[in-house]
Order: sequence, then C-alpha cells, then structure tokens
Amino acid sequence: MAEIRKEHKEGVHIISVFGEIDAGSSIYLDNAFKEALENNEKKIATNMSGLEYISSAGLGVFISHLEEFENNNVKLVLFGINEQVKQVFDILGLEKLLKIVSDEKDALAAFDE
Amino acid sequence: MSDKLKIRLSFFGALLFWILFAGSNIYLMFVRSYEMKVDYSDFFPQLSFSLFVIFTFIYYRYVITKADSLNFTDLLWKVFITGLVTTLLSLAIQGFFVLFASSSIVESPLTINFFYNILAGLVVIFTLSTLVVWKRLILYQKSKNLLQLWSFFEFAFGGALIFDFFGNEPGNAYFSVAILVLVLFSVILVFNLKWVAYLNFRQKWKGILFILLSGIYLYHFLRILNWFSETDILVINMLERVFILGLFGFLFAYAIISVLVTLFNLPTSSVFEQKLKEALDFQKLSQSVPRGETTDQTYETLIDSAMSAVFADAAWLEIYDDEGKRQVIRNLTDEQVDAIKEKIENKFILDILNLRLLKDTNTSKLSGPLKHPNYKSIMALPILVQDKQTGYIVLLNEVSEAFNREMVGIVTTFVNQASVSLENLTLIKESLDNERYKEQLKIAKTVQKSLLPTSLINNSHLTMEAYSQAADEVGGDYYDILEYEKNKFGLIIGDVSGKGTSAAFQMAQMKGIFHSLVREKISPKKFMEKTNLALSKCLDKTSFITATYFDIDTTENTLSFSRAGHCPGLIYCTKDKSVNYLESDGMGLGILRNSTYDKYVVESTTGYGDGDTLLLYTDGITEAKNEAGEQFGDERLKKSFEAHCTKEPNQIKEEIKNDLSNFIGELTIDDDYTLVIVKLKSDNNG
Repeated sequence: MAEIRKEHKEGVHIISVFGEIDAGSSIYLDNAFKEALENNEKKIATNMSGLEYISSAGLGVFISHLEEFENNNVKLVLFGINEQVKQVFDILGLEKLLKIVSDEKDALAAFDE
Repeated sequence: MSDKLKIRLSFFGALLFWILFAGSNIYLMFVRSYEMKVDYSDFFPQLSFSLFVIFTFIYYRYVITKADSLNFTDLLWKVFITGLVTTLLSLAIQGFFVLFASSSIVESPLTINFFYNILAGLVVIFTLSTLVVWKRLILYQKSKNLLQLWSFFEFAFGGALIFDFFGNEPGNAYFSVAILVLVLFSVILVFNLKWVAYLNFRQKWKGILFILLSGIYLYHFLRILNWFSETDILVINMLERVFILGLFGFLFAYAIISVLVTLFNLPTSSVFEQKLKEALDFQKLSQSVPRGETTDQTYETLIDSAMSAVFADAAWLEIYDDEGKRQVIRNLTDEQVDAIKEKIENKFILDILNLRLLKDTNTSKLSGPLKHPNYKSIMALPILVQDKQTGYIVLLNEVSEAFNREMVGIVTTFVNQASVSLENLTLIKESLDNERYKEQLKIAKTVQKSLLPTSLINNSHLTMEAYSQAADEVGGDYYDILEYEKNKFGLIIGDVSGKGTSAAFQMAQMKGIFHSLVREKISPKKFMEKTNLALSKCLDKTSFITATYFDIDTTENTLSFSRAGHCPGLIYCTKDKSVNYLESDGMGLGILRNSTYDKYVVESTTGYGDGDTLLLYTDGITEAKNEAGEQFGDERLKKSFEAHCTKEPNQIKEEIKNDLSNFIGELTIDDDYTLVIVKLKSDNNG
C-alpha cells in the first residue's frame, strides 16, 4: 500500500513516497529509482514525509541502488523522514551512507553543495 | 421360503397333479366306456389339469425369472430347447402310432387316452415356458400400465381355466366370447417389442431363427393335437378348451410379430449399435480420471471415439502444454498432415489450428470442404482446458460433404468431456504438487529448527533462554551461542531481511559463518568485517542481514560486542537497577560490499556484575502491531523488561511473550520474531 509520485523541481527529480513500503509495494519504489537512472537523472531527492512504515524489503531497495548511484555520479537526498522511519535507517546504519535532510528546501539546497 | 424350495415344490406339485390328471382321466374313460354305474363327473380330472397348469406356470416363472442375467437370445434359446425336447417326445408318440398302425393297440381308447395325456403334459410344458419367456420380453422396460395389463391378462387365462370346467364347446356363444376376450388382450400386448432394439445385428438374426423354430413347434403341436382329437374318443379334448386355444393364439401372434419387427429392424440395427458405442465412448472419456489414466491416454481415447462417431477416415490431434507440442495421428503420415494444413482455406478452421480461438465458435463453420486429392471433407474442433485453447482435433473424410452439423455436435461433446477429464487431471496433478511442496516445506522447517541451538547454556557463568517463531514455515531469525574457549562465549543474534524460504537459506549460511569465525577467536569488530565479506559474495543484491555479536569473557566479567544494524539489545544492571540500551554505531551486513564497510562498524566493551541480564530480540517483536495499527515498539519492550528483569531468564521470556500477546490481541505477528535472554553470573562480584 504505497503511492509514488514523481516531479521535477529546479533540476531535481523528486520521488515522493506515501503509505507503507513492504515486500509487496517495494517494487514501486524500486521501479521509480530504475526509471530515474534510465532517464539519466543525476539529482534525485526522495520525499519521505508521507512514508509511515518501511520494511526490510523497502530498505533493501535503497541499499541495492547505492552502488549504482555512486558509480553513475547520482546524488540522492532524502527528506521529510518521520521519527519512526528515521530510527529504522539509523539502526541499520544507513544514515551514514545516505544524505538525509529535514525538508524540501534543504534537499534542493543540498545539491548545490 | 427360498426360491430353490419354491422351484422344487412347484415341480413336484406339477408332477403330482399331472399324474392325478392322467390317472383320473383314464379312470373316467373306463367309467364311461363300460357305462359303470358310478357317479363320477369329469370335475376331478379338470381340477387336476388346472392345478397342473398353475404349478407348471409357477415353476417356469421361478426358473426363468430367477435367471436375471439372461439376455434376450439366451431366453429365446431356452424356448427353443424346451420346444425341441417336448417336440421330440411328441414325435416319439406319433412314431409309436405310425409304427403300430396295423395293430389294434393303436385303436384302443386306453392307448390313445394314455398317450394323449402325456402329449397334453408336453404341450402345457412348452406353451407355458414360452409364455413366461414372452412375458419377460413384453415386460422389458415396463411401465405401470403395462404391468397392470399383463396381470389382467394372466387373470383372464386363470378365468379361462375355470371357464373350461363348464364344458362349453367351440361354436357355443360363451366359448366365442371367452376366446374374444383373450384375443383382445393378446392384440394389445403383442406390440410391446422394445427388446428388439437392444439386439445387435447378429443377435437379431439369432432371435429370428429361434422364434421361427418356436413357431414351428407350436404348429407341430397343434397338428398332433388335432390328429388326436379326430379319433373322437378323448375324455378331455385340449382343442376344445379356451385356455389352450387362447394360449396357442397368443404365442403364435407374438412369435409372428416379433419375427416381423426384428426383420424390419435389421437394417437400422447398425445405427443403434453406433449410438450405443458413442455412449460407451463418452463414458470411457468421462471415466479416464477415476481410472487413473494419463493425459496421453485421454487424447488417444478422444481421437478414436471421435473418429468412429463421425466415420472419419483419418484424423490428427495437436496439443501444446507444459510438456511441449504433442501429436496423435491416425491413418496419416507427418508429411501428409503438413500438406493438409497448407490446403486448408476455411478461416475458422485456420484460426483453430493456430490456437487463435474466437469466443463464439459457430458449429456450422467448424466443418467444410477440403481441396486435397485424398480427403474432401474436414472438421476441426478446439480443445479447451481451463478456458484456454491448448490444442485442436482435425477429422478428415475421403467423401465430400461427409460431416454434418450433428456430427460436429457429437465430436463437440466428446471434446468437452475430454476437456473435463483433462482439467481434472491437471487439478489432481496440481494438488499433488502442492502436497509435495508442503511436504518439502515441512522438511525445511525441521532442518531449520535444527539450525537453532537445542541445548542452551545454563551453568555457573550464565543462563540463557531463547524463543523464536517464524511467520512462515521457515524463517530468517538466528541466534546461537558457543563456548569457543574455556569460560569464553561467542553469542550471536541475527535477522535476515525478508522472510520465508530465501531468508531461511541465508540464515543457514549465517550459522556456517558464525561457527567457523567463532573458533578463530577474533574480536567482535573483526567478526563483523569478516562476516560482511563472506556474505557480500553470496547475498542477493536487495538482501541484508542485521546481527549483534557478543564476546563474553566470564573470567574477566567483560562483554564486548559489535552491532551490525541490528536493534540494540537491552541490559539490566543489578548495581544501579537500571535497564539501558547497548548502543553503538554499526551498519547492517551486506549493505556495503567492500572494505569500506570496516569504517562503519565499531566495537564496545563493558564490564558486568552478577545477575546482569541481557535482552536481545529481533524487530519482529518491536514492529508487532495491534489492531489499532500501533507497533509494540522499543518503549513497551523496555518497560516490559524493566518490570520483569530481576526474574529468572525463563520467567522473563514468558512474561515478555505475555505482554506482547496482550498487546497485539487477536492478531498474529506477520514476521519472524525472536527473544534471547542471557543472565550473567559472577563469583567474584557477589
């Protein structure tokens, strides 16, 4: 039960995730990332403000693309993560590998760094 | 009374009354010829004769009705044999009179009446046995009305027996009325000939032969009776009895009608046989599943029955299923099949051959002409299994316009029935496969259970308790403990991302890694680095494993650990009576699959006191949801542990399980979940 929305803002490809990402719905997120890679997007921001829960399969989606993003010089920024989801990222140690900021403004700014 | 007894009793009854009839008859003859002054009417011989008739009838009724399995030709055979024996005996009597024609003995009333009595017995035996057989034939596929009519008919014959007591003679008006009544019944009954339809061609010829012979016997008996009656010195003349005349009339009439009807039915008997064969083929197709046949056998039956149903000269059948393309061909070579395929012009048939079935199959378009030197007619039907066209059947005939709509209908029913059978076969196969998978999962479950330690450590240094539950048959949670050196223990808890079979396999790998690395006596950080390296080669790209590894030194009372993305454990400290998280940085295994991982994993060491208790768990516990969708969460788990942390590990385990199940209520946890509790003991630090 997840919904994915895509938009472009200031040259950044924003993927917004709503609902819960579990084993079943993780495929939608995976497809969104794949599509962005195919379209040669270099700046990807993921809006997680609507994400209520993420299962290990959902985390697997982020993990599986990490290497590819790095190899293709793609920068990924996550923003709007709620406390519960953030904790899951933290425990797994993903916060060390992913750029996580508070809101969209910071996210867009993060690409200019 | 058993039937056997009834048959014997009726036989002896018949014999006894025949003797009485013959005896009293002769006696009466003497009384009359010598004009003895004895008051003696012909009542007694009449009575004996009637009883003889009744017992004979009962006898044959039991003998012939008992043999239920007899078919029609067997019944007619019985009539023929009984007729033959009685006729031969009657011929012997006739022969006697011819042989001694010059002697006065043949003119003696005693001789004549004596032999006439025997003859009467033979006539009654033959006519009644024939009557019983005719009855069975007439009452084949009986209706209530027919049964009623027949019993009236039997009563009428009974009435005729009584009527004969009064000595009415032919020509007498009463006599004519009585005969008329029997004739009327006979006329209605003789047209019940349904049994004829059930004879095949050969049986019909046999039937005609036997019935004709029976007719000849009847004629012979009539003649011989007539010959006797001309002597004019008979005490009781059979030919002056309504009963005998009526019986002869009825038997003759039925024999003639039967022969005629059978004769007229001869040309159509092949049609009936054909229909019967279709019905049997149909049954054969529908029973292929109970008979445990394979799909191939069903196809063979289908093509053979379809061919014989529509008189096809050649046919083939093509099926595309899991096992690939299969062909069943009759009277054609592979090359001929290909050649015929090229000759087909009918668009509908082409669609069927290309498995492009259209929703509405118009039966009139399924057959048509074919431009081929040998075959002029073609019919093609799709074979559907579970609403999907899996193949087709093509039937060919050398004659043009050989197939009509009715034939298409017949083949359609055959194909449909075969489809049902095939569907059932598929379903049976699927359910067998499912059973097999279930069986294999059961095995996997047992194997996986054996991966978790069966005996947990409980000694003077530590007491361990654990509980693990998989969401599916097999799970991805793992815990283990090993004393790799005296008083030194390696303890691990791990959780493979995802659940089910793939998680279970990776958990098994984790166990292998744990057991080999623990013995290397390496630090927890090193342990994680090496584990990450090992796993990065075999883990699926989207999978990862979280784990925490503890190195417990019970001599030094120290606890070193490294956390790899796993939910931090809790420790109850007896000294300050507090419960705290064992927090430290650390990334999950398999996320970074190169040496950079080493930067993201750390090691912490802490001392412990006597009674300090560790609580380790997997996220199945904290992420368990109640009906409101709330997670059990870290806070509730911590509170629960705080409430019970001073108890023994097995009690703590039960209490936490209780708290958890109270929280989630009726729901079940849709993830693997594990609890590990280790109580550390120390001698030095009382």
